[in-house]
Amino acid sequence: MKKTLLAIALVFSATTLFAQQTTYPVNGSFDTRPGMFAFTNATIVVNSSQTLPNATLLVKGQFIQAVGSGLSVPKGYVIIDLKGKFIYPSLIDAFSSYGLPETTVQPRGSRQSVFISTKKGAYGWNEAIRPETYVKNIFSADSKKADELRKAGFGSVNVISRDGIARGISAAVTLNESTDNNLFLKDQTAANYSFNKGTSANDYPTSLMGSIALLRQTYYDSQWYGRQKDEYNISLEEFAKQQTIPQFFEADGWANILRADKIGKEFGKQYIIKSNGEEYQRINEVKATGASLIIPLTFPKAYDVEDPAEARNITLAQMKAWEMAPANAAALEKAGIRFALTAFGLEHSRDFWTNIRLAIENGLTEKQALQSVTEIPAAILGISDKVGSLEKGKIANFLISSDNLFKNGNIIFENWVQGKRFIVNKIDVADLRGIYNLNIDGINPLTLKITGASGGSVAAIERTGIDSVKTTAAFTRNGDWVSISFNLKKSPEGNIRLSGYLTTSSPLLIKGEAAMPDGLSGKFSATYKEAAKETPKKEEPKTSLAMGPLIYPFGAFGNAAIPKQENVLIKNATVWTNEKEGILENADVWLENGKIKAVGKNLAAGNARIIDATGKHVTAGIIDEHSHIAGSGGINEGAQSVSAEVRIADIINSEDVNIYRQLAGGVTTSHILHGSANPIGGQSQLIKLRWGKAPEELKFAGADGFIKFALGENVKQSNFGSGARFPVTRMGVEQTFADEFTRAKEYEKTTAVKGNNVRRDLELDAIVEILKNKRFITCHSYVQSEINMLIHVADSLGFKINTFTHILEGYKVADKMKAHGIAGSTFSDWWAYKNEVAEAIPYNGKIMHNVGITTAFNSDDAEMARHLNQEAGKAVLYGNVPEEDAWKFVTLNPAKMLHIADKVGSLKAGKDADVVIWSADPLSIYAKAEKTFVDGVPYWDIDKDAQLIKSQQTEKARLIQKMLDSKTSGSSTQRPLGNAPRLYNCETLEDYSAELNESEHVH
Amino acid sequence: MYTNMKTYLLTLALSTAGLVSFAQANISPAKKQSKTIAVTGATIHVGNGLVIENGTLLFGNGKIISVIADGQVPQDDVMRINASGKHIYPGFIAVTTNLGLTEIEAVKATLDFSEIGDYNSHIRSIVAYNADSKVPATLRSNGILLAQTTPQGGIISGSSSLVQLDAWNWEDAAIKIDDAMHMSWPTTPRFRGFARSQTSAETLAERTQATINQLTSFFAEAKAYAEMGKPEVINTRFEAMKPVFTGKEKLFIAADKQKDIVAAVNFAKKFSITPVITGADEAYLTIPFLKENNITVVVKQPHALPDNNDDDVNMPYKNAAVLANAGLNVVLSIDGYWQQRNLPFMAGTVTAWGLDKEKALSTITLNAAKAMGADQTTGSIEAGKDATFFISAGDALDMKTNKVEQAFIQGRAINLDNLHKQLDKKFSDKYAAEKK
Repeated sequence: MKKTLLAIALVFSATTLFAQQTTYPVNGSFDTRPGMFAFTNATIVVNSSQTLPNATLLVKGQFIQAVGSGLSVPKGYVIIDLKGKFIYPSLIDAFSSYGLPETTVQPRGSRQSVFISTKKGAYGWNEAIRPETYVKNIFSADSKKADELRKAGFGSVNVISRDGIARGISAAVTLNESTDNNLFLKDQTAANYSFNKGTSANDYPTSLMGSIALLRQTYYDSQWYGRQKDEYNISLEEFAKQQTIPQFFEADGWANILRADKIGKEFGKQYIIKSNGEEYQRINEVKATGASLIIPLTFPKAYDVEDPAEARNITLAQMKAWEMAPANAAALEKAGIRFALTAFGLEHSRDFWTNIRLAIENGLTEKQALQSVTEIPAAILGISDKVGSLEKGKIANFLISSDNLFKNGNIIFENWVQGKRFIVNKIDVADLRGIYNLNIDGINPLTLKITGASGGSVAAIERTGIDSVKTTAAFTRNGDWVSISFNLKKSPEGNIRLSGYLTTSSPLLIKGEAAMPDGLSGKFSATYKEAAKETPKKEEPKTSLAMGPLIYPFGAFGNAAIPKQENVLIKNATVWTNEKEGILENADVWLENGKIKAVGKNLAAGNARIIDATGKHVTAGIIDEHSHIAGSGGINEGAQSVSAEVRIADIINSEDVNIYRQLAGGVTTSHILHGSANPIGGQSQLIKLRWGKAPEELKFAGADGFIKFALGENVKQSNFGSGARFPVTRMGVEQTFADEFTRAKEYEKTTAVKGNNVRRDLELDAIVEILKNKRFITCHSYVQSEINMLIHVADSLGFKINTFTHILEGYKVADKMKAHGIAGSTFSDWWAYKNEVAEAIPYNGKIMHNVGITTAFNSDDAEMARHLNQEAGKAVLYGNVPEEDAWKFVTLNPAKMLHIADKVGSLKAGKDADVVIWSADPLSIYAKAEKTFVDGVPYWDIDKDAQLIKSQQTEKARLIQKMLDSKTSGSSTQRPLGNAPRLYNCETLEDYSAELNESEHVH
Repeated sequence: MYTNMKTYLLTLALSTAGLVSFAQANISPAKKQSKTIAVTGATIHVGNGLVIENGTLLFGNGKIISVIADGQVPQDDVMRINASGKHIYPGFIAVTTNLGLTEIEAVKATLDFSEIGDYNSHIRSIVAYNADSKVPATLRSNGILLAQTTPQGGIISGSSSLVQLDAWNWEDAAIKIDDAMHMSWPTTPRFRGFARSQTSAETLAERTQATINQLTSFFAEAKAYAEMGKPEVINTRFEAMKPVFTGKEKLFIAADKQKDIVAAVNFAKKFSITPVITGADEAYLTIPFLKENNITVVVKQPHALPDNNDDDVNMPYKNAAVLANAGLNVVLSIDGYWQQRNLPFMAGTVTAWGLDKEKALSTITLNAAKAMGADQTTGSIEAGKDATFFISAGDALDMKTNKVEQAFIQGRAINLDNLHKQLDKKFSDKYAAEKK
């Protein structure tokens, strides 16, 4: 029965039409109304730069007929007097999933691998590429959600299907209650993208760099698709078609803004980017993208920090983000970045106003705030002709409010959508607040006090004198009707119930019936006497707006000012030159303009700062040939046996604290490698540990490109994975290489002949680079059989192996490596962790070195990289390698195998000033890195570190006090759960998209 | 009369054993000490913080007879080893290790250190200790001569035993059987997980409390059972707890966080037990409490990353020094088994970051023996104790100078060859031959 009633109600509302045509039949008589309203005497905010005092708004049907001061109201309009009230354009949310079905990821068995699309139809191979999704085909209004959004002031939203990497086309709709047909503002607002594969059942991509590679490949595929006749592919066809409309990218955080923008620039697109509100952390880089942004108003809650032991879990980054997030919008405005604000991601739509006001308190101007929720979203959605301001001919989407929209305590009374009224708070009732003389038949005079929000919601009864009494009363009002109930406890005992109505509003007079506890009834009247003194709400003690400084990187050991390059003369040290001069006693090293100016004895250097290094040792910075720090979103793209298309360059994370920790161990250059989950992994990235700089600035300029290959248990997935992906034996590993290189050669040949008619394949491009000696292999390897195998494959297919990394059985095939000029980068003493290292020995380095191989020790581990100097020391322990040679294992030799020995790896005039000052012989367990320079910048200084730790403690103490204050003043808080430090090694597998989805559900 | 003394010059004689191409299978445990031996001229690092320059170490029947300073040499008919300019150290002790309980980490068939179940007080590591493992020989050659082979997993993991690393079988290896019961203090995850669990922090905390309640009643019932005399029904788990309550067996509790450490100590105190705390990452935050309760701390893995992003990057290096300098009995440990050959360098690291070198040595010798209640027989070079020590050409705490030339376990001159040396020789010889 209830259901039927509801259905009838809906049908009825749907048939209340303005004078417009419809294809929909009506059950019963048509109820077409003129829909003409005149809103008079209001302060009308036409747009962010024009406000009309005492003006009139004429609405006819769903459109604005006129706006202006001194307009005469034609006949036939319903006049609504809004004296003292405000009219604003309704807000627009450019980023919403309103009216779309929930998408859920289907969990699947761990022993299952899904290589290609499970979607039926002539679509693309990967389900994450779904440009064929049109919101217009799947949207249906959701009246509950619409109501919530309207209450927050929104009149229209852009609906995005947030599923997949290419997500198809969004649509803008109003939040009206009507048939879906009447809601569309624009059926194709933008093509949408993200790095999140969403519900896709395919394994690929598992990582962020995989998502990037897949999107790039899709651009190339769609270009090729237009030129080919072999294949019909709806996904590619749609993708190509969608290139002329605005392009939206959902990226989470400034780093992903930069990543998305880079893809955009590659293909001539300027994405409009939805981010997560932390752009203030690298505002200059974000601005440089030139992208317009869509920014949420989700601010972290303060943490419960009462318990100091628990509070230790909270990082400086988390604390500072809590403090600074509300100032993000202001920072964007100040930087001149164009941005829209979205309610997306808020726990409750009502938080939107709390948070936007908080943003204003933190420096966002009201003008910008209004633009960011009206004109800017309208413009980026291409619906400025319809919504976003109050002008003749536009759709009548507007708000009636008690005051300036952004003022604390402002009440939104009504939200009109397409000329249809939605009441948020009642406007038609007078403000009843005040003190009244209350006279009830048969009762001594009383005083009635009405206070509270929305013109009165709380009542109290009082009488002074001998028969004094004081009690609260139940108070409800419904339009002009008021009911009050209270118990005086004596004379009479029991509840007196009043039912009255507003008789006159000036002065306020309420009259009506009174029902007494004894069952008798009488009359009552309440006459306005004076304004009620509301106990003024204690002005919330404004938590100090003073903020700590922005630091780079944003977190522990960040600096407000990145250390500067210095001209330094290091005097009287034991200098390990790694050059023919060998180890010099009492020698000097002069750093100038980021380069080594001179190495020698008794150097005099004009204005250079002198560091007395008597008793200390000075060396070139350590170079780690095999590292997985400073990455994000996974360092393995192991869903396919070949992933040469992915690039670590795309996912460099400049904020990783391990950069700082390794500087503290004397590391200056790290080769960041793809993991070893598959035979042909991704392209690696060489970085310098320039702590505090942005990701692009970490990259080692002018270095040759490398790629990670791998052999053995990891690529066979002996110890993890579904075991369904080829190969699972060392025999299959060989054929993976043979097949890939064979195909790459054919690809190269056909490309030479047919040029651009050949589908550009990013994976094969990388292999062709290897064949042309433009990209170099570092191959993860363990046992002698597989090492031998790859050497044979390389010989037969005509490519070179630059380095075997790990190469724990290198000592068994050192002669073959030597003959092929292959370098070896191994562990000093690891063994026994897998079956393939059952015969790994710590003498491996020594033997390879003695045979004449360029030999290095690497880390593959964020911890070990902190003491690679000690690992080099183990070459002395195991095999008596001469100290000078042992030291080269972690400096000059890795530089050679990375082709950067002309720039780094030894102390020689003209080379980069990557220099470490050690407290003792660097091969000794007792040595500490006291200063580490990269390009002459002292990024690590053991004394400054102590100061940094202290100032960090002070800053955290300040933030903790601020959180405690904020909690006292009633802000909500969260339990102190820290952000786990993320560490990668060769075998780390992670599912980037699954994590994104998880974190969204947790909040 | 020194001149009458019959001397045997064994200069590096034992290391020549490496020249004979043994296969690992042929590295036999050494024979019982037959002759009394005097090692002369060495710098003796006693293990208790003292150093004896130009000392003489006299040992017979597997025991240390005397340690004499100032170049004095006994007159008896002894075998003599000239170790002048060299260093003598007590055998290093690897504590809380799964050495001998596993061979290859990734091969399940070789994993014998973690039984299923949460309350495994009846589980004993000694019976699974594989004296034929290839790993111990690779430790001996760096000076590690003793190990506390320890079960893991669950809440109560079972009993460890102290073994020496040159044995025919586990009976032979045992120095102290069931020296300590090991348990892990239940903790609540501190981090927002990357795992699938969406369990709230509150629920997780409740779960931890429930586990602690269970643990408390396990101990309470086990204690009552121990006092019962003859129980009607034998409970093997409770039987195994008896020596823990009498103090015959130590209780090692793994706890890292400040609060967990305090909770674990207070828990044990309730049952009149003074526990040894292992892990102990945040022990430095609660030093007065630990001192007040006379707690021995086994510091895990100085070569570790800090737990929190914001922590002093060198805190793991400094931790043991901070605790030891505050007057606590500190033992150093490392995770794993093959990794134990780096144990000496952990003590070196702790020296670099603030602890006196001889005190750092104590953390891997005498302090460890004390923690296991084995210091009456081992852990230092003192008369009456086992003659378990080694001679190194240089400072054994630094990999640059660690050169173990001879080692003795209970007086037996052990073979310092190992699989790695053999493979080194095999292939070095091959390349040398090809060069000719």
